[in-house]
Amino acid sequence: MFAFLLNRLAHAVLVLLVVSVLAFTLGNTVGDPVASILGLDATPADRAALRTRLRLDEPVVVRYFLYLGDLLSGRLGNSYGAQRPIIDLLAERIPATVELALAALVLSVVIGVPLGVFAAAHPEKRIVRFLMTSSVIGVSVPTFILGIILIFTFSLTLGWLPSFGRGEVVKFEYWSTGFLTASGLKSLIMPAICLAIGQIALVARLARAEMMGVLRTDYIRFARARGLSDRAVNFSHALRNTLIPIITVSGIQLGYLVAFAVVVEQVFQWPGMGTLFLQALSQTDIPLISAFLMAAALFFVSINLVVDLLYAIADPRLRIRTQMQGAGG
Amino acid sequence: MTPDMPSDGNLLARMRRHPVAGSLLATPVTLVALLALLLVVACAIFAPWIARTDPYDLATLDLLDSHLPPAFMAKGDPRFLLGTDSQGADLASLLLYGLRVSLLVGVLAVSISVTLGTIAGLISGYLGGLVDSIVMRIADIQFTFPAMMLALLIGGVSQSLLPNDKRAALAMPIVVIALGISHWPHFARLVRGAVLVERQKDYVAAAQLAGRGHLVLMFRHILPNVLNPIFVLATLDIAFAIMAEATLSFLSFGMPPTQPSLGTLIRIGYGYLYSGEWWVVVFPALTLVVLLVSINIVGDWLRDLLDPKLR
Repeated sequence: MFAFLLNRLAHAVLVLLVVSVLAFTLGNTVGDPVASILGLDATPADRAALRTRLRLDEPVVVRYFLYLGDLLSGRLGNSYGAQRPIIDLLAERIPATVELALAALVLSVVIGVPLGVFAAAHPEKRIVRFLMTSSVIGVSVPTFILGIILIFTFSLTLGWLPSFGRGEVVKFEYWSTGFLTASGLKSLIMPAICLAIGQIALVARLARAEMMGVLRTDYIRFARARGLSDRAVNFSHALRNTLIPIITVSGIQLGYLVAFAVVVEQVFQWPGMGTLFLQALSQTDIPLISAFLMAAALFFVSINLVVDLLYAIADPRLRIRTQMQGAGG
Repeated sequence: MTPDMPSDGNLLARMRRHPVAGSLLATPVTLVALLALLLVVACAIFAPWIARTDPYDLATLDLLDSHLPPAFMAKGDPRFLLGTDSQGADLASLLLYGLRVSLLVGVLAVSISVTLGTIAGLISGYLGGLVDSIVMRIADIQFTFPAMMLALLIGGVSQSLLPNDKRAALAMPIVVIALGISHWPHFARLVRGAVLVERQKDYVAAAQLAGRGHLVLMFRHILPNVLNPIFVLATLDIAFAIMAEATLSFLSFGMPPTQPSLGTLIRIGYGYLYSGEWWVVVFPALTLVVLLVSINIVGDWLRDLLDPKLR
């Protein structure tokens, strides 16, 4: 198991290095920082002085390591568009995206798992067949169309929920939360549902498949023979053994949730990382784009590490498999 | 149909016994989806002949025709079946051409993923060793990022680096390449796994003994035997590519308004939803959903038919 975790950790570092090279190349080849700082009417002497001060005359490799040092100490530079330190911009936007993704994750597990269990326990019921068939539609409808339908129905037609923004937020130190105000919660409902629908269908399908497998095992038959109620068998005996794959997949899904959060944030004008990134793209704000690349890489690498860790804890077979494969697997 | 079947039933009974036709008749949903898909693809291919106007030809536009509702509504104009947009363009024609662009981008993107992934998977599974480790490591690095995120990163960053006047012209190649690159590891993994199984079989050993070269072995002997799963994954992947393209276009980093796909039409139409012109967004959205749902249903059916292992 130790070899497996070491292998995954090395992989994480490799991913971060590859992305840092890309981000560095992006910042290095596009635009001229000297021109953008000094403007057009600077003297050649001023330019040369600034070039030396920014260490732009050093060889590329040296500058790459300087860049890595900056990254590690959190010096991400200034955004061209907002004219503010990027680290502040990110710190402002991260809570919004995290809260949106968390709400969607909770929804997809809380709704998806019971649905899947129900579908596995009663495969012959008509409502179950209908739900399984319609889950294809849940997976097929693009997120942004779902968002448009929600806005059209609940904001434009019924006027129940706000169609954009995050509502009022409460600030603690570095974190701003919308969970504590009525308008914050109201604004969260539609974006969270929009992000969760596809995941609910996925989690329900997975939970159903896992449950069907477990329900065929001997210990479930024995539990039924002992005269336990259906509810006791389904929830306290069978579900327990299906939770591990569900938790793992939910972890992987968190990555997908954040990827699709970009779309949902754009539809609902949610002030998170996604809208920040789209703004950066449309303004060709290179420092912000490359900082976003690094932030995204760090985020996805961490998620993968946590999921790998969960795997290793949950599945003892993995230890044997990695020993057989060696470090190459 | 196999000719040696006993002819004791009518045509319908005989069709039920046929493996392909039978599985279609048993699940009417699949049959409907297949017909819908065929209809949509036919509309896309024959768009220039079906469409009443050429939406790319600005000379046919008349601003007096703008903002018209569909023909079946009270204020509709019989010339414009699904109404018009803010420029006076026939929405039905825009839709047919948009469908064409969406399908074309989807098919081209998947062909790139299939080609890259199949070659990488064949080589890495066949040669093994260091080559295998390197290829699979690259695939692994890419798997760290969700495909949708990667497509957005590649497509968005390249669009934003281009000067404004070149964006529209290069939009299609950029989107196709971004989507193609974002999905090749799926095919590489699939093909590599299949090749590892095939390589152990006797026919490969026989061909090796017959003195066939590595390339001939890989492409003429092994490749034909791993085509089924590739075909199934490619079908389902077209749905992903079309959806990802629509998403990119909706975020305005995909197809430009001068050559709109369904996603572009939805983005433009979304702006008019607040003023009550629902048809500009509803018809493209409906078409996109029908397209995606029918590809997914047909893809699932093909998977069960051709490759039960993938379930």
